[in-house]
Amino acid sequence: MILKGKVWKFGDNIDTDAIISARYLNTSDPHELARHVMEDADREFPSKVGAGDMIVAEANFGCGSSREHAPIAIKAAGIQAVVAKSFARIFYRNAFNIGLPIFESEEAPAGIREGDEIEIDADRGVIRNITKGEEYAAKPIPPFMQELIAAGGLIEWTKKRIKAS
Amino acid sequence: MTITEKILAAHAGREDVSPGELINAKVDIILANDITAPIAIREFEKTGAADVFDRDRIAFIPDHFAPQKDIRAAEQCRMLRDFSRDYNLGLYFEVGRMGVEHALLPEQGIVLPGDLVIGADSHTCTYGALGAFATGVGSTDAAAAMATGECWFRVPESVKFIYYGKLNRWVGGKDLILHTIGSIGVDGALYRAMEFEGETISSLSMAGRLTMCNMAIEAGAKNGIIVPDRITEEYVRPRAKRKYTFYSSGSDARYADVREYDCSKIPLTVSCPHLPSNTRPAEELSSVTIDQVVVGSCTNGRIEDIREAAEIIKGRKVHPDTRMIVIPATQQVYLYALKEGLTEIFVEAGAVFSTPTCGPCLGGHMGVLARGETAVATTNRNFAGRMGHPESRVYLANPAVAAASAVKGRIAVPEEVL
Repeated sequence: MILKGKVWKFGDNIDTDAIISARYLNTSDPHELARHVMEDADREFPSKVGAGDMIVAEANFGCGSSREHAPIAIKAAGIQAVVAKSFARIFYRNAFNIGLPIFESEEAPAGIREGDEIEIDADRGVIRNITKGEEYAAKPIPPFMQELIAAGGLIEWTKKRIKAS
Repeated sequence: MTITEKILAAHAGREDVSPGELINAKVDIILANDITAPIAIREFEKTGAADVFDRDRIAFIPDHFAPQKDIRAAEQCRMLRDFSRDYNLGLYFEVGRMGVEHALLPEQGIVLPGDLVIGADSHTCTYGALGAFATGVGSTDAAAAMATGECWFRVPESVKFIYYGKLNRWVGGKDLILHTIGSIGVDGALYRAMEFEGETISSLSMAGRLTMCNMAIEAGAKNGIIVPDRITEEYVRPRAKRKYTFYSSGSDARYADVREYDCSKIPLTVSCPHLPSNTRPAEELSSVTIDQVVVGSCTNGRIEDIREAAEIIKGRKVHPDTRMIVIPATQQVYLYALKEGLTEIFVEAGAVFSTPTCGPCLGGHMGVLARGETAVATTNRNFAGRMGHPESRVYLANPAVAAASAVKGRIAVPEEVL
């Protein structure tokens, strides 16, 4: 899997209230949620973001609530992938479960600036900064998570298990 | 093994497990609320499962935007009600019989020591106070478990937090956990189990323990946990309707880190905007004027918390420029407050006394903040915009500090009003 896109940059501890505020949680419609994605971190973000863009953030991305609405809003806004130094654990699970590609990287957030164009080679675990001509290593995706991705998310994986039993 | 590892191993049908391993384990209880259950229901229906794995082990609790705050919230609540009827769920709690989920389930003896509990709500980690492994997951995880009765886990490393020394007056579980988060940061226990122990924990009430484990997630932890003891037994015995198991950490247990806290040096602690780790002693914040005080939530809405706030408020008035909103976390807490005359104390002081709901904690309803407003809340998160407008501010505190602040109209410690 190769993903290529323009970067929007965020800092440390981007919480799920910033990703999608609770005032919009009286719906779970992905497209409606997407209209308010990252609004409390950057009011203009929903109008600026385009299909195929990427989010690169520092540590502990997605901390706080378990709301799956957060990765759903990001995915529905057309964002291809999120790269961060680290992810809060429920967000990490949720992203894999719903099929939003996410990558942990120590170096990438330090090297990448907003507006840079990056290319992620998911199989090799390499993030290339096309704008700056740099390469950063991404943490390998654990085998079980790869199995989830290959199945098409947790529900598809579960379906297979139900059928097999 | 640690208590966390032992519970995970037992539920995975294994002799032992080690940190870092990925396992599939059987779950005892799955819960979801009116925000997370609608997605779980939709995803459950996609699995093609003919039925839920066990109708008496799935708890649906409308508590976040309930009593239904608007038409769309009402539609979401109806999804829980309809699904519970269709699948004949034994643990559906209707408005008027419900409570804030993490206060309700321990109180009703539904979650028990030794259980493996997952909840589509991040504060599911609360039940670690009973000696259970409990962790927050997403709606899709809950949906898959509703179908199969299982969930995948990465076995976490454990960190031991030892508390010793005598607590200062009015200092409780809330201050211990805020102080701890302040010392390690909001990702200080990322992916890890926080095991709380020591002489101070041994004498801490179940209410205080529930408050501590509740906020383990605010340090990024997978779970918080306390090895069960006599206090656990006294709390659980009259409530449990099924068998439970006390696990403890073995002498061979391995910890990624051990941290010690001298509780005699822990002051009344407040988390300042906009992170729970941004802690300061309450007495250093007397210049912070406030518009609103909220006492309640899964963190501090138990009867012990309501009593503590009432003790401070009794015979006093809420400051003219401040609003105070008191929310007992469950119907039972509400009833105790009525019978003990606490409701009267708050109403006479000029405070609101509400039916159980998560409401203002997440900026839902029943006390949302306007632009530029400041609140002191006994809740668990103070992220920007958490309780309302993105430019409002939340300070987290224990119920006594919250009540003293309501009287003074600024952040205050109990001694200033007593």
